[in-house]
Amino acid sequence: MSGLLPRTLDRRAVVARVLAGRRDLAVVSGLGAPTYDVAAAGDHERNFYLWGAMGGAAMIGLGLALAQPETPVLVITGDGEMLMGFGALATIGAQRPGNLSILVLDNGLYEETGAQLTHTVLGTDLASVAAGCGITDTVTMDHMEQLGGFAERAHRLGNAPAFAVARIAPSHALKVLPTRDGAYLKARMRQSFGQDIG
Amino acid sequence: MSWPESIYTTLKALDVRQVAYVPDGGHATLLRLLHDDPALRCVPLTTEEEGVAMLAGAWLGGQRGVLLMQSSGVGNCVNMLSLVRTCHFPLLTLITMRGEYGEFNPWQVPMGSTTEQVLRLMDVQVLRADVAEEVGPTVSAAARMAYLGGTPMAVLLSQKLVGAKVFTE
Repeated sequence: MSGLLPRTLDRRAVVARVLAGRRDLAVVSGLGAPTYDVAAAGDHERNFYLWGAMGGAAMIGLGLALAQPETPVLVITGDGEMLMGFGALATIGAQRPGNLSILVLDNGLYEETGAQLTHTVLGTDLASVAAGCGITDTVTMDHMEQLGGFAERAHRLGNAPAFAVARIAPSHALKVLPTRDGAYLKARMRQSFGQDIG
Repeated sequence: MSWPESIYTTLKALDVRQVAYVPDGGHATLLRLLHDDPALRCVPLTTEEEGVAMLAGAWLGGQRGVLLMQSSGVGNCVNMLSLVRTCHFPLLTLITMRGEYGEFNPWQVPMGSTTEQVLRLMDVQVLRADVAEEVGPTVSAAARMAYLGGTPMAVLLSQKLVGAKVFTE
């Protein structure tokens, strides 16, 4: 029952470490705290923050990764959001884009809604699920020293998608709220790829 | 030209690059044409709302996509369509209808009879093709409204059309 082990990683430190030194990386953040974490690490024209569409983060990442195969794409989301879009792991496992990485910030809680338990403390091992879907490059991290491999991998092109679970502690970090204007976020991401605002 | 071929030709003419789908018998011929084209990325989904999100990502990266599904899948997409509406993504979805004309399975009727209303409730505009000759022009019209005008568009391929052309082969 590894799900019951104490979760200790600091979510803001994890996200800051993974995003440090970013160059051409495009980031999709799942709604709730992952969006605040990505904003806290610094706004960027290639950040697409979700404020809704729960369960869609990984699939937005897939569509973007397929459209821009020379650009590394990183999805940063929570365990609850990943659980809602579980099927995306099977879909991504079937396509295997080498420029897509997924980082799940797993606190075992729906912290936004009152800290109800998620399935990741009730028996589900997300890295095993990803591996079972054919995403073979998986890691579950409990210490900052374990972040280096995934952090390096997320910024470059590989041969297959990468999937990481960071087991984070409950947090009372201040909400860092990026813009909720989805059309603006869409337009600036497209412009960063030389497209019109669409 | 068969109506599936007219859809394929239209999608190619408009430089569609990503195809997301949950298969349906009515789309089988079109899916074969699309899968045979190495310039297209065809992605089978586990559930239809994955495709709404995937095509949003495609558009972020500058590619046009299309979502193929059966009418029952529209219900699965409802909350994900908030992404399309909030961010003004140009959705194009082609929906084969069940539960509306000669349907033998009553389990298809609840969603098939409300497909158009559900789409309109979520601000997706709906066009319909009932006969083969209408399919190509209707898909072309919808695609231009989506990609060039930014309007979320659905084309309903009626069960009369699909049944006459596919299920009786």
